[in-house]
Amino acid sequence: MNIVESLVYMLIFPGFLFLTSYAFFAQYIDRKLYARFQKRVGPPFIQPIADFIKLMSKEDVVPKAADKRMFTLAPIVGLAAVITAFMYIPIAWESSLLPSFEGDLIVVLYLLTIPTLALFLAGWTSGNPFGQVGSMRAITQMISYEIPFFMALLAPALIVGSWSFGNIVTDQMNGIWLIFLAPIAFIVAIITLQGKLERLPFDIPEAETEIVGGPLTEYSGRRLALFKAMLDIEMVVGASVITALFLGGPHLFIDFSGLPLAPYLPFIIGVIIFFVKVLAVILILTLIKSVVARYRIDQMVTLSYRWMVSLAVVQLVIIILAKYMGWL
Amino acid sequence: MAKLTIPIGPQHPALKEPEKFMITVEGETVVDADVRIGHMHRGLEKMFENRTYMQLIHATERICGICSFTHSTNFCQNVEYILGTDPPPRGLYLRTIMNEWERIHSHLLWLGIAGHEMGFDTLLMWSWDDREEILNLFEDITGNRVTHAYNTIGGVRRDISDAQIQRSLRVHDYLLERMDAYVHVALNEKTVLKRTQGVGILTTEDAKRLCAVGPRLRASNISYDVRKNDPYAAYDQIPWEVITCDTLDVHAQLVVRALEIIEAIKMCKYMLENLPAGDIRIKVPRKVPEGEAISRTEAPRGEDLHYLKSNGTDKPERLKVRAPTLANILNVAHVLKGANIADVPMIVAGIDPCMGCMDRVLIVDSEKETSRVWDREQLRKYSIDWYEKEAFR
Repeated sequence: MNIVESLVYMLIFPGFLFLTSYAFFAQYIDRKLYARFQKRVGPPFIQPIADFIKLMSKEDVVPKAADKRMFTLAPIVGLAAVITAFMYIPIAWESSLLPSFEGDLIVVLYLLTIPTLALFLAGWTSGNPFGQVGSMRAITQMISYEIPFFMALLAPALIVGSWSFGNIVTDQMNGIWLIFLAPIAFIVAIITLQGKLERLPFDIPEAETEIVGGPLTEYSGRRLALFKAMLDIEMVVGASVITALFLGGPHLFIDFSGLPLAPYLPFIIGVIIFFVKVLAVILILTLIKSVVARYRIDQMVTLSYRWMVSLAVVQLVIIILAKYMGWL
Repeated sequence: MAKLTIPIGPQHPALKEPEKFMITVEGETVVDADVRIGHMHRGLEKMFENRTYMQLIHATERICGICSFTHSTNFCQNVEYILGTDPPPRGLYLRTIMNEWERIHSHLLWLGIAGHEMGFDTLLMWSWDDREEILNLFEDITGNRVTHAYNTIGGVRRDISDAQIQRSLRVHDYLLERMDAYVHVALNEKTVLKRTQGVGILTTEDAKRLCAVGPRLRASNISYDVRKNDPYAAYDQIPWEVITCDTLDVHAQLVVRALEIIEAIKMCKYMLENLPAGDIRIKVPRKVPEGEAISRTEAPRGEDLHYLKSNGTDKPERLKVRAPTLANILNVAHVLKGANIADVPMIVAGIDPCMGCMDRVLIVDSEKETSRVWDREQLRKYSIDWYEKEAFR
């Protein structure tokens, strides 16, 4: 890629501009569905963007007790990490148009842990007791969901035998979607993703009725807007990871490569298919969110280590056995 | 791990009304809890002393926004006790029906709040949507959704027509159907069980010792209900059971309240089908002879107690209100110790607190053992001074 292409890739599509717009759209879908499940009307289409602009224009207060540098850096670093993570996700598979290398799955997983750490640092340095309790919860929650989440995402990599998103997606386009080969891992991934995104039943770090806003208690104005945008984008990236690894990415059992204007038209169709699938994952996440109550942090740890890790291990053992017997 | 003192309140999302719970936590466990009440002063009891009895029916109704009818029932009963009059049976039946409707809507409201406290907002939205049905019934029969202005000394103010009875019965059938779903959620939804079972256990002995009332008491497996033990209105003429639960925790309160709604719906259906004919009220004199009386009713939140002293004029000498939350706040302070910090809102919300009804202000000097009465200006000045002192500490 030359420099112009790289800039377009990073800043416009599928980078910053497209990703934020899509994240706002996903937030709208999430809120609207959540509202409809609850017999409410829900927000209008423009609401997420309006919220963002409103927060951007509000007064931004830094408490005296807070560490000012960390307080400012945390949302920026978190946002940068999730946006960077999205760069490596194959939203449509045309090897000439997207970067991919062996090991980008690990890079994405690493970048996806940064938002939680940013939240932890934000709450811990904000000098607020609610923020500190929320930070403790965020970090406790992180060590409990990260392991089953990683193990669940290890399953597709094991089946395909590659650490690269590109190879995993190509494999699914030529064969079968990995959700059919690793259904347990898919379930574990969805549930732990819910924990990663701090959504019900795992919105423990920012449990409104218990610790006000958790790590974000002291945040206001621009910094809060960046944090909110980070959480939205994290949701999209997380759903995209699951779509790419389990749901075949841009694949829909039809070969579009014969269409005119190749490779651009098939690429665009692939992108559309991909983002519809991401919406389907978000639908599942919203459905979970609307039918459960919040767990306590100790119950969350128990659930993760007793059930999620065990299920993920069972899945890995099944895959290894199948590989050994030569079925895969 | 270091001890951290966290203020829950006076402003906190878990509390809808200003009340201060200073909790000391070690990690996630509460090691000490200090409840400071008295953040609200409405001057109601003083105001009662210079209103006529007819005005007071409407004033007492405004003590609480949720259990408005039980307060006015209490007041009317007190005056009726002093006057020595008995309302006609139809009036008593209608009064009882309104009391039970109030229980239904209050318990549905609590169900929603409990859902919200444990992060189950869907339950909040759904149960409040069903609560609308009861509020619409109130509007249909009494003309108002919240403060009904339906009670009066010697009966009730509006009769109910056959068409209204039919409409009400249809709503009751609908609600019975909906309650099946809520009871199913309360007994089977895993996350709800996780958040409520074993949380906020108040043993039977402690409940007796700390004078718990209402659903909190019955959830501690004590079968005590003013409606059964000291029947008023028409409660002794209709068949019903006191609901108790023996698991003692917040889940027991959830079960007790859910089953009480079903029991209340059945009671209302029975009363609407067997409504006695006749007058709904009798005329009473404007002036009340000298005397004093105590009336108790079972408000949705627990036992509600009014004391009335009259002096022969058309205004009372003293009207004292003991709202149920005041009796229940003691056991909250007890149960909070040893709880998980995540369970604090559940425990506080578990008693269905109504701080506005409960709070009184009395200025007492504990060393000199004197108390004073302050007027509004003095209170205002005190609050300004106090907050300035706090701010520049």
